[in-house]
Amino acid sequence: MSMSRRRLLGASGGLALTGALASACGSNTGRDGDDHAGQPVIEQWYHQYGEPGTEQAVRRYADAFDRANVQVQWRPGAYDQQTSAALLTKSGPDVFEVNGPTLDQIQGGQVVDLTDLLSEAKDDFNPAVLAPKTYQGKIWAIPQVIDTQLLYYRRSMLDDAGVEPPRTLDALIDAAKKLTTRDVKGLFLGNDGGPGVLGGTPLNAAGLTLVTEDGKVGFDDPAAARTLGKLRQLYAEKSLLLGAPSDWSDPAAFTQGLTAMQWSGLWALPQVKKALGDDFGVLPFPRDGAHGAPAVPVGAYGAAVSARSRHKAVAKAYVKWLWVERTDYQEDFALRYGFHIPARISLATKAAKLRQGAAGEAVRYVTDHGHAEPLLWTSASRTAYQDALSRIIKGGADPDGELRSVVRKTKAELRRVRKKN
Amino acid sequence: MRGPLTTELTRRLLGPQNRHLWFWIFVGPFVLGLTLFTYVPLAWSVYLSFFDAHNTVSPTDFVGLDNYTAMLGDDAFTGSLVTFLVFTAFIVPATYVLSLALALMVNRLRWAQAFFRSVFFLPVACSYVVAALIWKMSIFNGVRFGLANTVLDWFGADQIAWLSTTDPPWYWLVIVTVRLWLQAGFYMVLFLAGLQRISPRLYEAAAVDGARPGWQVFRHITFPQLRATSVAVVLLLVINAFQAFDEFYNLLSDSRGYPPYARPPLVYLYYTALGQGQNLGLGSAGAVILALIIAVVTVVQARWFGLGRKED
Repeated sequence: MSMSRRRLLGASGGLALTGALASACGSNTGRDGDDHAGQPVIEQWYHQYGEPGTEQAVRRYADAFDRANVQVQWRPGAYDQQTSAALLTKSGPDVFEVNGPTLDQIQGGQVVDLTDLLSEAKDDFNPAVLAPKTYQGKIWAIPQVIDTQLLYYRRSMLDDAGVEPPRTLDALIDAAKKLTTRDVKGLFLGNDGGPGVLGGTPLNAAGLTLVTEDGKVGFDDPAAARTLGKLRQLYAEKSLLLGAPSDWSDPAAFTQGLTAMQWSGLWALPQVKKALGDDFGVLPFPRDGAHGAPAVPVGAYGAAVSARSRHKAVAKAYVKWLWVERTDYQEDFALRYGFHIPARISLATKAAKLRQGAAGEAVRYVTDHGHAEPLLWTSASRTAYQDALSRIIKGGADPDGELRSVVRKTKAELRRVRKKN
Repeated sequence: MRGPLTTELTRRLLGPQNRHLWFWIFVGPFVLGLTLFTYVPLAWSVYLSFFDAHNTVSPTDFVGLDNYTAMLGDDAFTGSLVTFLVFTAFIVPATYVLSLALALMVNRLRWAQAFFRSVFFLPVACSYVVAALIWKMSIFNGVRFGLANTVLDWFGADQIAWLSTTDPPWYWLVIVTVRLWLQAGFYMVLFLAGLQRISPRLYEAAAVDGARPGWQVFRHITFPQLRATSVAVVLLLVINAFQAFDEFYNLLSDSRGYPPYARPPLVYLYYTALGQGQNLGLGSAGAVILALIIAVVTVVQARWFGLGRKED
């Protein structure tokens, strides 16, 4: 049969339309129903961890759960933005790890109350990381592992320059200057000069907080401007490494000898040890002022359940099984692939890897000097603060004036979230 | 055997008198897609801009113009508009001059014209993200083995942290050069098309009148004849500059955010509406304001340049 051009176009147009309709109507994501074995299908999201083996491990845990078919999604890229957007739709995850949840996510009813999952185990979770996941007495995510950030320093470089490991902010500024040469910078605080990664840590080191326990601005104090103003000195004296190919979270700049000191995560410790052996030490961010104290930030990804999940009960059961009951998996996840502190105190204290050397010191810093970002520190406050810090460090802006503006913004944010109670 | 109904349907579908039906069969799916994925979200965004929409796209708390006043009173947003103006001031003339120069050069080539046209056009096919990462990580990184710093080192100059230094603001050099590399080839092709439309008789007449080849001919013949192309190029450049996102985001952001300098409006709105803040009401108000600004600037610019006016 011969086919005219018109007939051919008509047929192909019809086929395309039929195909589009068929795929639209028949698309099955497996989200609404059960799988072939009659089990509910739940989707679990993780952000992409850098450590090899982690993805296979979490898939193994998911396969071992026998009350649901858990499908793990390993998501690279801007994970926080992806989950925030997905939670607005029905196609989001049932269970997901979250660096929060944020107060707006809790107040917006996007996550499920998980208080009843902890029951008697609650006291075994590190209170420093459980607190930011608790709002109005309810727990909104189960902490998975604890992470912290530390000041790594190269012993040999400090010895050669006759510099002691810095215990005060002034000593850190002085050391960074002395350690700076034509090819090596004294300190790496990230390619932006520090505002992004340091956050509230310098304020904690000055004896202040971002938001007080009774919900007020915690840095409306002259000490805040004094401390943040000192960070400008590091930049102005050209002691900071800027523009490294990889940022603060990767220890490459430190291990490649581009910097003598670097602020990075606990997760970088095995890599640093492998590259430098014992030629390094770790310190908390050094104290500043008479009321100051050393400080390290602590944070924890937590497992949360989406309020839009169609299988909330089984999703909660899965979270309880994995992050409360299966302590063997928790220990495996924290210590076998990367390097994190288990969120359970009992696991953290018995882990041999966390008892000695730099790791042992890091655990002690978390216990003695750890500060978690308060739940009331909203994204808008954080952006205003980081912008101000950037202008102080790089632009030499007046710290007093900049901080006054951040205090105003933070007060407005605290009023806004209080209104929603 | 065909029944009367089938015959009638066939006649209606295949007959030359039913061009409208076929038009809609082929265009309809795209109109449907455009409506579903562009116009409905646009209308929804305008709707959201009048509500307190934190972490929701179905808000209930009507706030009137509060989001608009908040956005217009926000230093970070107004600062982002200033960033756009600075970026436009750099990129529009730079791209215009470079692409016109390339077009003139390629147009005069007696041999290998197609080769050079392809070479200059090729970067257009490169992704903004990829180009931005190459610029950031290998050419303009701030350490001693970055390409730009290696060249500086040959002359004994100090290393420069290209993207992290605000005084002087070297980051503009990185941002402008990456976009220039990516888009100059595209505008070169537009100018080439414009150049090839100019009648050779005009050049012959100019030669007869004694015009010197080179600058005089360019000024009095070529440039005025390229007026329509120039207007279109400048309009496209300004609109593209307003929509700048990819290279800024990939050059300057990190996992913890974005520095307050060189933050164009779309990057700011991305962080407001789609970042962890998820303030979709405020972000929508900003998007509406930005859309209005682009529309007004485009219309004013088009009228100023006389876009669509008949050639004299």
